[in-house]
Amino acid sequence: MARGDENIMLKFPIYLDNHATTPMDPRVFEAMKPYFIDLFGNAASRNHSFGWVAEEAVEKARKQIASLIGATAKEIVFTSGATESNNLAIKGVAEMYSQRGNHIITAATEHKAVLDTCKRLEKHGCRVTYLPVRPDGLVDLDQLRDAITDKTVLVSIMYGNNEIGTVQPMREIGAICKERGVLLHSDATQAVGKIPVSVIDDNIDLMSFSGHKMYGPKGVGGLYVRRRNPRVQITAQMDGGGHERGMRSGTLNVPGIAGLGAAAELCQQLMPQEMAEHAAMRDRLKDRLMAELDETYINGSVQHRLPHNLNISFAYVEGESLLMGINDIAVSSGSACTSATLEPSYVLKALGAGDDLAHSSIRFGIGRFNTNEEIDYTAQKVIDVVKKLRELSPLYEMVKEGIDLTKVEWAAH
Amino acid sequence: MAYSDKVLDHYNNPRNVGSFDKKDPGIGTGLVGAPECGDVMKLQIKVNSDTGVIEDAKFKTFGCGSAIASSSLATEMLKGKTIDQALDIKNTEIVNELALPPVKIHCSVLAEDAIKAAISDYKAKNGAPAPAAAKA
Repeated sequence: MARGDENIMLKFPIYLDNHATTPMDPRVFEAMKPYFIDLFGNAASRNHSFGWVAEEAVEKARKQIASLIGATAKEIVFTSGATESNNLAIKGVAEMYSQRGNHIITAATEHKAVLDTCKRLEKHGCRVTYLPVRPDGLVDLDQLRDAITDKTVLVSIMYGNNEIGTVQPMREIGAICKERGVLLHSDATQAVGKIPVSVIDDNIDLMSFSGHKMYGPKGVGGLYVRRRNPRVQITAQMDGGGHERGMRSGTLNVPGIAGLGAAAELCQQLMPQEMAEHAAMRDRLKDRLMAELDETYINGSVQHRLPHNLNISFAYVEGESLLMGINDIAVSSGSACTSATLEPSYVLKALGAGDDLAHSSIRFGIGRFNTNEEIDYTAQKVIDVVKKLRELSPLYEMVKEGIDLTKVEWAAH
Repeated sequence: MAYSDKVLDHYNNPRNVGSFDKKDPGIGTGLVGAPECGDVMKLQIKVNSDTGVIEDAKFKTFGCGSAIASSSLATEMLKGKTIDQALDIKNTEIVNELALPPVKIHCSVLAEDAIKAAISDYKAKNGAPAPAAAKA
């Protein structure tokens, strides 16, 4: 509505979907460039300088990533991304430790790369416990303790949630797993590079991460595999030349890995500043929206949350229609209409918020290149469109007339 | 997903948004869909009791852009038709007019349901001996 001169500096569309992917930092691209054409060698070539130079780049990246997560370089296995890392960790542990037990524990709000991997293992004789979460999105530690049996080989709990940004109590979860002698895997795709993550302090045995969620390239990621106390072994899921100490065969993506390393180093340098800046922008957006719109709810814990995430439901407004009205801003919705399955977000459903609020949710993901001007524009635009759509909403009208929507007999279709 | 120009037009400039007094005997109200399914349409018709012609129509919709456009278009189609003619409106006319993709056909079905519900509400009110006793 207030499209004044101050918006001339804004570039459209505004990108606020940094949980889906982050734009690549130009400094990362610079670090990758030499390895496409001039330094094209195969890192596994041991007998000439082309290979040595490539290997050097890979080993540098290994150190950069290890430094970011409190690991040692030899504990990093490069993969094609976090989906592959999750598959490798969970299937690799299930296969390697099948003599010890066949039980895996995970949570209902995990990414599909974890949930569907577990579902596949169920078909192969594993038993999987899907822990429910509390209304704030966090795992109940007592329920986790109770779920562990003498057959449990692995607990897989994500660090920060990709939809609602909730940060699980990993340190406590790690302590429980260590005490019970069960391995802990964490899908930390949304957390690594964004908040301090230490595999030592958190007692994490395996951890997945991805380049393109931290201003690096797509198609490259990694898996941390603990080497000491305990030494974790996994069965490779890809057969071939025995790269990555036998855990992941396939010629290394040298430019991608160089980019992942550079991205990790930048994140480590910028983290204290970025955490504060992103949280401030997030709160600026949240405060404006909550002040000007009634019946607006934050999904997931406010306290235990990634600093750059805001997931909010605007009751009585359907998410896709809201996205349509703010089409110069790139965000996501938990609405069924925006998903291929025509089902609303299973993560929001797991919070017990009710399908109607899941349909009304918008996820904002703030990133390195966002500005306060973009946040202010977004806040005003969302406010205007929500108000317009509520004028159009029979539900909002009914509520204002004092009708309890839960008592209405809806003709579900 | 890309929206057709017609869907965008109805979304940006919805026709006949609003409400009539649903207790008025000359008004038929249809309320279809459910919040947990992600769409609810309220469609109302104002009928001339002498001629049976729908003189005016209004809607409010909670739903995606295609649902809003389907109900907005439905109100335009209804005006000037008799209630018998209105009963012949098929969802496929809405699909064609708005160029809805297959995943959005349910929006047009819901709009057809809303038309039928509004007409049957009007008929129930006026067929009954005591319209005041009709459901609020």
